[in-house]
Amino acid sequence: MRKALIQILVIFSVFSLLIAPCFGDALKAFEGHRGTIRIAGGTAHIPVMKEAAKRIMTRYKDIAITVAGGGSGLGIKQVGEGLVDIGNSGRKPKPAEIEKYNLKMFKWAIDGVGAVVNPANSVQSLTKAQLKDVFSGKTGDWSALGGVKHAITVYTRDESSGTRDVFWKKALDKGAVSSKALFVSSNGAMKTAVANDPYAIGYVSVGHMDETVVPVALDGVSPTLDTVKSGEYKIARGLYSNTKGDPTGLVRLFIDYLFSEEGQKIAAEKGFIPVK
Amino acid sequence: MSNLKEIIAAKVFFLSTIASAVMILAIFGFMIVLAIPIFRAGNFTAIWTGPWAPHEGLYGIWPMISGTLWIALLATALCLPLSLGTSFVITSLGGLHLRKVLGTLVRFMTGIPTVIYGFVGVFLLVPLVREGIGGAGMCVLTTGMMLAVLISPTMILFFTDSLLAVDSSYVQAAKALGANRIQRLLYVRVPGAKGGMVAGIILALGRALGDTLIALMLAGNAIQVPHAVLEPARTLTAHIALVKAADFDSLEFRSIFACGIVLYLFAATSTVAVRRMLRKKEVSF
Repeated sequence: MRKALIQILVIFSVFSLLIAPCFGDALKAFEGHRGTIRIAGGTAHIPVMKEAAKRIMTRYKDIAITVAGGGSGLGIKQVGEGLVDIGNSGRKPKPAEIEKYNLKMFKWAIDGVGAVVNPANSVQSLTKAQLKDVFSGKTGDWSALGGVKHAITVYTRDESSGTRDVFWKKALDKGAVSSKALFVSSNGAMKTAVANDPYAIGYVSVGHMDETVVPVALDGVSPTLDTVKSGEYKIARGLYSNTKGDPTGLVRLFIDYLFSEEGQKIAAEKGFIPVK
Repeated sequence: MSNLKEIIAAKVFFLSTIASAVMILAIFGFMIVLAIPIFRAGNFTAIWTGPWAPHEGLYGIWPMISGTLWIALLATALCLPLSLGTSFVITSLGGLHLRKVLGTLVRFMTGIPTVIYGFVGVFLLVPLVREGIGGAGMCVLTTGMMLAVLISPTMILFFTDSLLAVDSSYVQAAKALGANRIQRLLYVRVPGAKGGMVAGIILALGRALGDTLIALMLAGNAIQVPHAVLEPARTLTAHIALVKAADFDSLEFRSIFACGIVLYLFAATSTVAVRRMLRKKEVSF
C-alpha cells in the first residue's frame, strides 16, 4: 500500500516538475539509457531517493525508478534476495549479512537521530539519564520533567529499523524500552504520530525533522545539521545504499549520481550531511 | 463422445479440487516446518503463552494472541447492535426509499480500502479518544471502533440476506393473524434467520481477526498484554507486518510462522463453525 502511495507521489512530483525543469550535468550520464531501478529499505533515505528519482525521470522518460520504504532490515534482505536493485539501510549491514548476500555498501551521507516531541510540549531539553528513564518507562509523567501533568506516550520503531538501532545504541546505551511503548513503522509515521499527539516522545532522523515536531536537546545539544556535522551531537549514523555484488548499468549510474556534486547537494538539502 | 468429454471434465474439476485442498493443507504444513527452529529453541508452551522480549531470548506470542482477541471481540461486540439495527431497517422497518439508499451504501462500504479507514482513524478517531476518554489514543478501543465499521457490511449483508430468505408465506400468515411490522420481524423473521445471522457474526469476527492495516495503524502495537480497552495492543497480523523485515534466519522472523499457525487455526475454526450453522439452517427448512 505504502509502495503504491510512494509511486503515486513520485509520478505526481514528476508532473509538477515538468513545468520547471532543472538540468544538471551529473544527469548527462543517464543519456541513452532505459530500464528500471527498484529501490527499497531505509525510510530515512526516502526524501533523497525520491528527489534523485524525480530529477532523473523528468529528464529521461525511458528510465523508471520506484522508491519504497520498509526499513533497513527489509532493504538489506530484499536486495540480498534480488527483489530490488538497491536496498537502503540506516545502519551498516552486519558482517554476516554482507557475507551471505555479497553486499557492496555505499555510504553517501551521514544522518543524526534525535528525540522529538510535539511543538505544544514545553519540555524540549533532557539529560541523557532523563531520556533513558522516559524510554524505559521509569519516568511516566511529563510533570516530573517540568511539563504538563499528563502521562508520557513513548513511540518507538521495530527491531529492524536502522534509526532505532542507532538511537538505542547511542542515546539509550542499549537500555530497556518500555513494553507500553507504541510502535510505528517508518520515520514518516513517527513524525505523524508525534505531530498529532501532544504528549508524545519519539525519535526521527534529523533529515526528517520539520516544523511539525520539535527536536529535544540532549545534554544541552540540539540535534541539528550543524551539531551533527561538527560531531558535537553524537547520535549519528551513515546512510547506506547497498547492492548485491558490484553495481552495473543503471544502478551503477544511480549510485554515482548520489556521489556526484548534485547528488550530494540533494542530500544536504534534505537535511543530511554529505560525505564529500 | 460426449460421454468421454464428461468424464474428462469431471476428472479435471476433481483434480483442481484436490489441488486447492492440498495447497491449503500444504500451507499449514509449510508454516509448521518453518516454525520448527522456534519450537526447538525454547520451551514449546512459552511460545504460545510467554512474553515477547527478543533481547532476552523470549519469543512468546501470547501478547499478540490476546491483543488480537481483545480487538476482534470488541469490534464484533460494537458492530453487532449497529448491524442488527441497520439490517432491521433495510429488511422491514424503513421506507422503500430509505431501504434502497441504505442497501446501496452498505454495498459501497464493502469496496472502501482499509487504508482509508486507517487514515481516518489516525487523524480523527485517535485524537478524539485521547482527548475525550483518555490514554494515548492508539488503543484497543480506537481500533475496535474502526474495525467495527470495517466489518459492519459483512454482518449487515449476511443479516439482511438471511432475514429476507425467510419464507414469505410465514410472514404473510403472521400478517393475516394481525401481527404488526415489528412483531413480524421479531417473531417470524429473526427466529427463521438465526442460523444465517450467527454465521454472519462469525464471518465478521473472522474478518476482524484477520485485518492487518487498521490494527497496525491504530492499536499502537505495544508488546504487552492489554488489560483495559484504553491500553495499546499488538495483533498477530500487525506483528507479522512489523517483524517481517527481521533477518530470515532469526528466531524473531520465525515467530511469524507461529503467528501464522494461530491465525490459520482461528480462520479454520470460524469456517467450520459457519459451515455447521448453515447446514443446520438448511435442515430446519
